[in-house]
Amino acid sequence: MSAGANKAGKRTGIEISLAISEAAKMARVDAVAAYPITPQTHVVEHLSELVASGELDAEYICVESEHSALSACIGTQAAGARTFTATSAQGLELMHEILYIAAGMRMPIVMAVANRALSAPLSIWNDHSDVMACRDTGWIQVFAENGQDAFDQVICAFRFGEDRRVQMPVMVNFDGFTLSHVVESVEFPAQELVDSYLPPYRPENTLHPDRPLTLGAFAMPEIYTETRMAHEAALLASRPVIDDAWAEWGKLTGRHYKAVETYRTEGAETLFVTMGGLSENAMEHVDAAREKGKKVGLVHIRLWRPFPIDEMRKVLCTAAHVVVMDRALPPGAHGGPVFTEVKSALYDQSRRPTVHGYIAGLGGRDVTPADFGTMYDLAMAAVKEGKKEEFRMIGVRS
Amino acid sequence: MLEIRIHGRGGQGAVTSVELLAIAAIEEGKYAQGFPSFGPERRGAPVMAFCRIDERPIRLRSKIYNPDVVMVLDPSLLGVGNPSAGIKDGGIVIINTHKSEEEVRKEYGIKATLALVDGYKIAREELGAPITNTTMLGALFGATKALKNESMEGPLRERFGKIGERNVKAFRRACTETAIFPAKT
Amino acid sequence: MAKPMDQYTWRELLVGNVISEPGSSQEYKTGDWRSLKPVFDNVKCIKCGVCWMFCPDNAIMQDADEFFCADLDYCKGCGICARECWPGAIAMTEESK
Repeated sequence: MSAGANKAGKRTGIEISLAISEAAKMARVDAVAAYPITPQTHVVEHLSELVASGELDAEYICVESEHSALSACIGTQAAGARTFTATSAQGLELMHEILYIAAGMRMPIVMAVANRALSAPLSIWNDHSDVMACRDTGWIQVFAENGQDAFDQVICAFRFGEDRRVQMPVMVNFDGFTLSHVVESVEFPAQELVDSYLPPYRPENTLHPDRPLTLGAFAMPEIYTETRMAHEAALLASRPVIDDAWAEWGKLTGRHYKAVETYRTEGAETLFVTMGGLSENAMEHVDAAREKGKKVGLVHIRLWRPFPIDEMRKVLCTAAHVVVMDRALPPGAHGGPVFTEVKSALYDQSRRPTVHGYIAGLGGRDVTPADFGTMYDLAMAAVKEGKKEEFRMIGVRS
Repeated sequence: MLEIRIHGRGGQGAVTSVELLAIAAIEEGKYAQGFPSFGPERRGAPVMAFCRIDERPIRLRSKIYNPDVVMVLDPSLLGVGNPSAGIKDGGIVIINTHKSEEEVRKEYGIKATLALVDGYKIAREELGAPITNTTMLGALFGATKALKNESMEGPLRERFGKIGERNVKAFRRACTETAIFPAKT
Repeated sequence: MAKPMDQYTWRELLVGNVISEPGSSQEYKTGDWRSLKPVFDNVKCIKCGVCWMFCPDNAIMQDADEFFCADLDYCKGCGICARECWPGAIAMTEESK
């Protein structure tokens, strides 16, 4: 299963999980600590092969759980090592408390998350339940839409995560199976290009006997609020750095990324909002619907945290209706996480569209382009009847 | 866009087939996707694998419900499900079988174009094992002419190492030994 | 710490709330938590060091004659030294006489 990192500039057929390992390799990571879990197994499996074969000069730490995996990552990162890991679903939840610690300690670990449903009932299939449960951990969170995107995001994540103005851990989310297990074409950049883009890691603070520091100290009520405010401010301040990192990657590779992407939004009366791999299915639907004269477009979110509120307001307020697809059901919350976020962003806007939330594709349920048509029809019917439709689940048998 | 659905049993290499197919198509400069019908891998359980090939980047990420090509790695699957379900008009069904066209049409009621090859025979003779995925890839290339044969031979050698050459031989034989029978109306 | 914790603004905190000053806990004198203080009887003391070994706050020192004594800047008066001193050379006495 050798990958094509040596075939710079040429599109290579590769499983997306392996492309992500290659990205970590090209980022010259110093340390990987991981516990393998379906469906991200192939990411760390391939990294272990790269380390074993000597292709990647890194410390590979096999641990006994995800809790330990991320703990070890904090340790290596604190020692000044560029650190990568990957996980999924239950594994991400087992890391949960450590996620906050990595963020609070401002450790710029990069972690690929193959998004998946959570048990019970036991499901290994794709949705966004896992990452949404970790929404508030203080990490920068990016969603990839295809293999090339996932590959590029891993490299870009090191660049902006490690930036002295940011120093934040980054989750690169890619849909489990729907992306992780797909073989498709990925264009690998030359190693020299990656090296020029991503300078060696020079952390501000590291554990070293010559310069003793206390990392992860406790905070009394007198100071804890200030530490949270500092984190919030730093996360928000990461935006321009993320944008610059993507802009420079675009200059070097011709592949341009934005926090909020739009597709055929010109003159659209109804805008879909999606996140992740199914955004491309939504584009297929938009093309088909435009063909039939329907004025629809797509807004797809790449950067989930920090939430790009200004762009979202700007683009969504041009439409009359917004149809949000969520890939997770937060029980009792009256709507999916993206839906509630979008709705709250629009609430105080003077000219605001109607917002309709649909939850689809849970636990591996297929979402076809036609399903976006169903969401559109439901939203339009609600508008026609003057109903205030909160949200509903798509494709659920009743 | 060419959409291919492969039906096999866990362990027969349906997933490897679509991966190799996608890699071969990309080697030719096309765009492609190869992916399994995701699930817990269970040996012997009926599985599906999907491949899309196009001249331009592919965005569609659902399963394939209306394939241009259906390929059946294991003839016993014809009796338990309906592998040719949803096939497009003008589509082709490629089956590993030693049976005749008449027998296949009569037993399974398939009207679409058929491509038949005794994959087990070729695999046994060339590989010494009844694992038909690479052989059946030959049938697919022979029947559809969607890609150049040479595009697959490199990936076969790379994937199978020591037994790469034998897989290439099985692939080539199936390319020529596959018989095509036009659709019946 | 350069100033009391409740006077820092969020902008003044170091990245990751790192404490860059090594041994800054020394500035925090825990001796004023004490209600009983250990008094050492150097006649009974055999310089075995058991008090030094057991002190949870690292607050036992040795004087010029190598007798053990308490560092009253940090001794919290827990009495473990007195309890462990088998020759009975340490007595816990009230702080405010």
